[in-house]
Amino acid sequence: MDAKKIKELQKQACKVRIGIIEAVHSAKSGHPGGSLSSADIGTYLYFEEMNIDPKNPKAENRDRFVLSKGHCAPMLYSVLANRGYFDVAELNTLRRIDSRLQGHPDMKHIPGVDMSSGSLGQGISCAVGMALSAKHFGNDFNVYTLLGDGEIEEGQVWEAAMFAANKGLSNLTAIVDYNNLQIDGSIEEVNSPAPIDKKFEAFNWHTIIIDGHNFDEIEAAFNEAKTIDKPVAIIAKTVKGKGVSFMENNVSWHGSAPNDEQYAQAIEELNATLKALD
Amino acid sequence: MSDVIKSATRAAFGKGLIKLGQERDDFIVLDADLAAATQTGKFKAAFPDRFYDCGIAEQNMISIAAGIAATGKKVVASSFAMFAAGRAYEQIRNSIGYPHLNVIIGATHAGVSVGEDGATHQCCEDIALMRTIPGMTIINPADEVEAIKALEAAFELDGPVYMRFGRLAVPIIFDDDYAFEIGKAKTLKDGNDVTVIATGLLVNEALIAYDILKNEGINARIINMATIKPLDNEAVIKAAKETGVIVTAEEHNIIGGLGSAVAEVVAENCPVPVLRLGVNDVYGHSGPADALLDEFGLRAANIVELAKKAVNLKK
Repeated sequence: MDAKKIKELQKQACKVRIGIIEAVHSAKSGHPGGSLSSADIGTYLYFEEMNIDPKNPKAENRDRFVLSKGHCAPMLYSVLANRGYFDVAELNTLRRIDSRLQGHPDMKHIPGVDMSSGSLGQGISCAVGMALSAKHFGNDFNVYTLLGDGEIEEGQVWEAAMFAANKGLSNLTAIVDYNNLQIDGSIEEVNSPAPIDKKFEAFNWHTIIIDGHNFDEIEAAFNEAKTIDKPVAIIAKTVKGKGVSFMENNVSWHGSAPNDEQYAQAIEELNATLKALD
Repeated sequence: MSDVIKSATRAAFGKGLIKLGQERDDFIVLDADLAAATQTGKFKAAFPDRFYDCGIAEQNMISIAAGIAATGKKVVASSFAMFAAGRAYEQIRNSIGYPHLNVIIGATHAGVSVGEDGATHQCCEDIALMRTIPGMTIINPADEVEAIKALEAAFELDGPVYMRFGRLAVPIIFDDDYAFEIGKAKTLKDGNDVTVIATGLLVNEALIAYDILKNEGINARIINMATIKPLDNEAVIKAAKETGVIVTAEEHNIIGGLGSAVAEVVAENCPVPVLRLGVNDVYGHSGPADALLDEFGLRAANIVELAKKAVNLKK
């Protein structure tokens, strides 16, 4: 990827992060840590990878995305808003009683949300169903799903993985946001799913390990995935809270919102990052 | 009884799928390694390319069905009631119910009439579980004719449908010209002394009870309530007003099923006694299906007894 394109994506991802902080601060609750860790992947998917049209969010042959780690809705909403599915200003209505931006993704009311999710482990199975539908009915679309590293402790994830490989769903790509932290602590302390790549390989998936904040590696992984004749798991090593210094690698930011002072600092940092990219 | 033709509603489910498969090719059938038992295997044999076995992973199967439906396609997912409504309850609630997706859940082997497999496989809780999911339609057909017509109707409905089928062969009670409509109760016998509202295999028992009661001078109204949700409130209220007492009959826990649904409507609209026949909040056990139906009191004789008790309450 050329330097200019990388810079554009970095700027876009930074705007997405600003949207995440705005939304979570406004809601006074939500999940900034995993939203920030997955912001680069989400940005790449919607600004580079996926065949989508914000003006036609229900197009039959569009690529699909399922946020299996549904609690990172602020990331998805910020990506969708920045991509033009709805007004960025609406992000400030996150989790409000009169808002369509539910705490977890709601496909019935939010333009661009392809699947309702939030109960962990189910999203990947839904993505498998979409990929199966595409293959069965001869539709030429790809399906992407983003999982948390803690999420893959759910047994259903492995039921889905087994089925996807058995049915040869080469149009399915799962990304694991490997940020090492879950609500109760580090995944190592809680119930480590490592080695994640070996597990997916044992389930007959092709795996690619990348730095989930490096757009060169992200692009290479998605390009490689398209050449593989089986489902692909991209294990994206990330930093929870990425982009906001005091949130990085700090588990307490899994599911809590910044206060006004912290919000101001976070926005200041992200604006500085954005300016440095200009 | 002369020449009663019997067929399990699960067999009708299999036949209905084949009929639909011949008429349309816009749907997929899923099973979780029970295709021979649920009868989706018949569809698989007829249309091998349109059937996918998910293996022993019901939660995954239900969420896969949700994903297929989210792409705008029809899908039927089948397993035993215990593992569809029970094991995969939360997947049905969150991935199918919440987004109101067009998934038909074909749940077979409901109730104690599963027989020899015993309590772990005898699901008497599924109606209760499914009733609490907003927007879920629940259909419990009484015989083969109704099962096939209900399946066809489910294909035309917008939203999720839970279809409850039995393992045991039961008498075919309806003619081929029987008209089925989702959400509409069917009055099979008219009467004004007591109303018996039955569902599933208890409908045939209720018809037998009708004759016994008639011989004893009691004119019972017999209603077949195949659709348990949305319940035909109008028919229930009318029965309460016109007959003054109601007996419900179902092969399900008396908690949360048809009896509860009827009692709720009656209590709020036209309070009269509602006596519930069902599995009395206990587990089943192994044994021949017919013997179990006798033991758990799910027979015409039990309906007669309860109907008489109900009539006496009016005095």
